[in-house]
Amino acid sequence: MKQAFCLFSLIVLLTAVLTAGEPPSGEWILKRVDENIGSDNKISIAEMVIHGRRGSRTVKSKSWLRGQDESFTEYLAPAREKGTKMLKLGDQLWIYLPSTDRTIKISGHMMRQSVMGSDLSYEDMMEDPDLQKLYDAQVAAEEVILERPCWVLELTSKGGDIAYHSRKIWVDKERFVSLREDRFARSGKLLKTFEVKEISRIQNRWVPTRMVFKDVLKSGKGTEFILESIEFNADIPEHVFTKASLRK
Amino acid sequence: MIIPKLALRNLLGAGLRTWLNVVVLSLSFVLIIWLQGLYIGMGDQIKEAQIDVEYGGGQYWHESYDPYDPLTLEDAHGAVPDPIQNKIDKDEATPVLIAQATIYPEGRLQVILLKGIDPAQTVVNFPSQFLVQENGEIPALIGTRMAKSTGLKIGNMIVVRWRDAQGTFDARDVYIAQIMKTIVPAVDQGQIWIPLETMRELMGMQNEASLVVMAKDIEELPVVSGWNFKSLEFLLADVEYLIKTKTTGGSIMYMFLLLLAMLAIFNTQVLSIFRRKKEMGTMMAMGFTRGKIIQLFTLEGAFHSVLAGIVAAIYGIPFLVWFAKKGWAMPEGYDDFGIALGEKLFPIYTAGLVFGTVMLILIVTTIVSFLPTRKIAKLKPTDALRGRLS
Repeated sequence: MKQAFCLFSLIVLLTAVLTAGEPPSGEWILKRVDENIGSDNKISIAEMVIHGRRGSRTVKSKSWLRGQDESFTEYLAPAREKGTKMLKLGDQLWIYLPSTDRTIKISGHMMRQSVMGSDLSYEDMMEDPDLQKLYDAQVAAEEVILERPCWVLELTSKGGDIAYHSRKIWVDKERFVSLREDRFARSGKLLKTFEVKEISRIQNRWVPTRMVFKDVLKSGKGTEFILESIEFNADIPEHVFTKASLRK
Repeated sequence: MIIPKLALRNLLGAGLRTWLNVVVLSLSFVLIIWLQGLYIGMGDQIKEAQIDVEYGGGQYWHESYDPYDPLTLEDAHGAVPDPIQNKIDKDEATPVLIAQATIYPEGRLQVILLKGIDPAQTVVNFPSQFLVQENGEIPALIGTRMAKSTGLKIGNMIVVRWRDAQGTFDARDVYIAQIMKTIVPAVDQGQIWIPLETMRELMGMQNEASLVVMAKDIEELPVVSGWNFKSLEFLLADVEYLIKTKTTGGSIMYMFLLLLAMLAIFNTQVLSIFRRKKEMGTMMAMGFTRGKIIQLFTLEGAFHSVLAGIVAAIYGIPFLVWFAKKGWAMPEGYDDFGIALGEKLFPIYTAGLVFGTVMLILIVTTIVSFLPTRKIAKLKPTDALRGRLS
C-alpha cells in the first residue's frame, strides 16, 4: 500500500514537472478569446480610415450586433456615404443606398467587392467569428507583440464551408485578445493581415480600439479601424434587425 | 405597248426635271443597298466569329448556368454526364469550367472570370494550345482587351484568388503564356483562361464543367437531365436582335431620302397634270379613255424608278463592289463596343436585298405617281380641252 502511494506520488510529481510551463491547449485559448469579446448584444461607433492611392478618407458608422448572426450598420459620415445601411441576417446581406433609395442584396461576385473601397470585403464581414467551431488550434510559439507576451496559434480548417484554410493568430497571454492575425489561402499564400495597434479596458473587457486590416495582395497601407465607443449587452429593439429598418 | 413608249418619251422629254428626280432616287437605291449590305455583313461577321471561337455547334449549359446572372455562377457547375463525356472523348465537344476570381493588377482589386479549357481541344478555333503546362507553373491565356485593361504582358506573373467548391479561398501565381488577338470580346474581356484539369483540381471540381461546347455540324445531340442544350439560334439571338435594331435605325435615314425623292416625284406628277390638261383633252378626243390616261401618267412617274435603277447601276455597282472588297475600317476604340467586330466591316449584298430594294422603290414610286392622277378620273374632255380642271 505504501509502495503504491509512493508510486502514485512520483507519477503526479513527474507529470507536474513535465507539464510545468507548457502552454494551455489551442482550443482553450480560443475559447477564452471568444469569451472575452463575445456578448449577446453590442452597439458600437467606429471610424474606418481607408488609405488609398490618392489619399485617405474616413467613414464613420454605428453598428448594432445581436449574437454572431445579426448585425445592422448605419454609415454616419462622410456626407456621400451618410444614410447607407447594411443588414446582415445569417448568411444574407443587404445594403441600402439612399442616393438611389434602393435595397440591394449582396451575393455572388458582389461579395468579393470591397466595402466602401476598404481592404475588407463583404465576404470578410459575413465570416463566422466563432473560430473554435471552424478550426483546430495548436500553440506554435510564444512571441511578444506590443510589448505583450503572446501565444502564437496556428489554426487549420476542420473542413467544410470556410473562407480561410488556415490562420495564424497572436493571443495576449493575460488579456486573451487577438493582437495580430494572418489569414492564408489553401495554397499557403498570405491573403490578409489584421493588427491591433491599441487596446482599452471597457466594461471589464479588453477591447482592441485601433486596428489595421490589410489585403496583402492589394497595394496600399490597409484600412484602419478606430473604435470610438462600444456598449456590451445593450438593449436593442427587435425591429432593428429587419429589412424595413433599412429604409427608415 | 403604245402607253409605255409614250410615257418614256414624255419622261425623257421633260429633261433636267426628270434627271434631277432620277438622280435623287438613284441615291436612295445605292444607299439602301449599301447600308443594308453593311448590316447583313456585320451580322454575318459577328455570327461567324462567335460560332468559330465560342459557340461551335451549340452548347450544353449546366442547369444553373446563366451568363447574364453572375449571382448564380457560384453554383453553375456539375459533373459532365456520360453521353456528353462520350462526345468529349471523341473530340466532338469540349468542356469549359467557369468561376469567379480576383486579380490584383498593379495592386488594384479586379473581379474576373476564371475559365478552364482543355489545351488539346480542337472543337473551337481558340488558341488553347498555349495552355499546355510544361513545368509546375500555371499558364494563363488572356485576350488583347484584357491585357490592355490590366497592363499584363506575356511572361508576367499575376496572383489569382478564388474560392473553391467548399468556399475556401485559394490563391496561386499564374504566368501569362500568351495574349490572343480575337474579335470575340466574350472570350476576352475580364477573363483569364487556364488549363481545365488544373482548374478542376484547384477548385475541387473533378470532372465538372459549367458548359460544354459541341463541335460544328454535330448531328446527334443527347438529352441529359441537369444540362440544357442551347442551339445556335438561341445563342445568336442577341446578334440577330442587334442587327434588327441597327437595320431599323439605319432605315430611318434612307426612308428620309426616299421620302425626299417621292416628294419630288409627287410634285412633278401634280405639276404635269396641272400643266398638261390640254394634252389630256386631246388624248381623250382621240379616243383615250380616262383609265388609259391615268395609266400613262402613272407609268411616267413609275419610270423614274426604272431610270433611277439604271443610273444607280452605272455608278452604284462599281462603288458597292469596290466597297465590298475594301471593307470599312472600324474607328479607334471599336474593341470596346462589346460585340465581335473585326478591324474592317465587309458588306454582303444578297440577291434578295437587291431585288427587294428594287421592288420597294418601284412599288412606292408607282403608288406616289398614281395618287395625283386620280383627279384625271373626274376630268371632262371639254374642260380639259379648254385647259380647265374640274
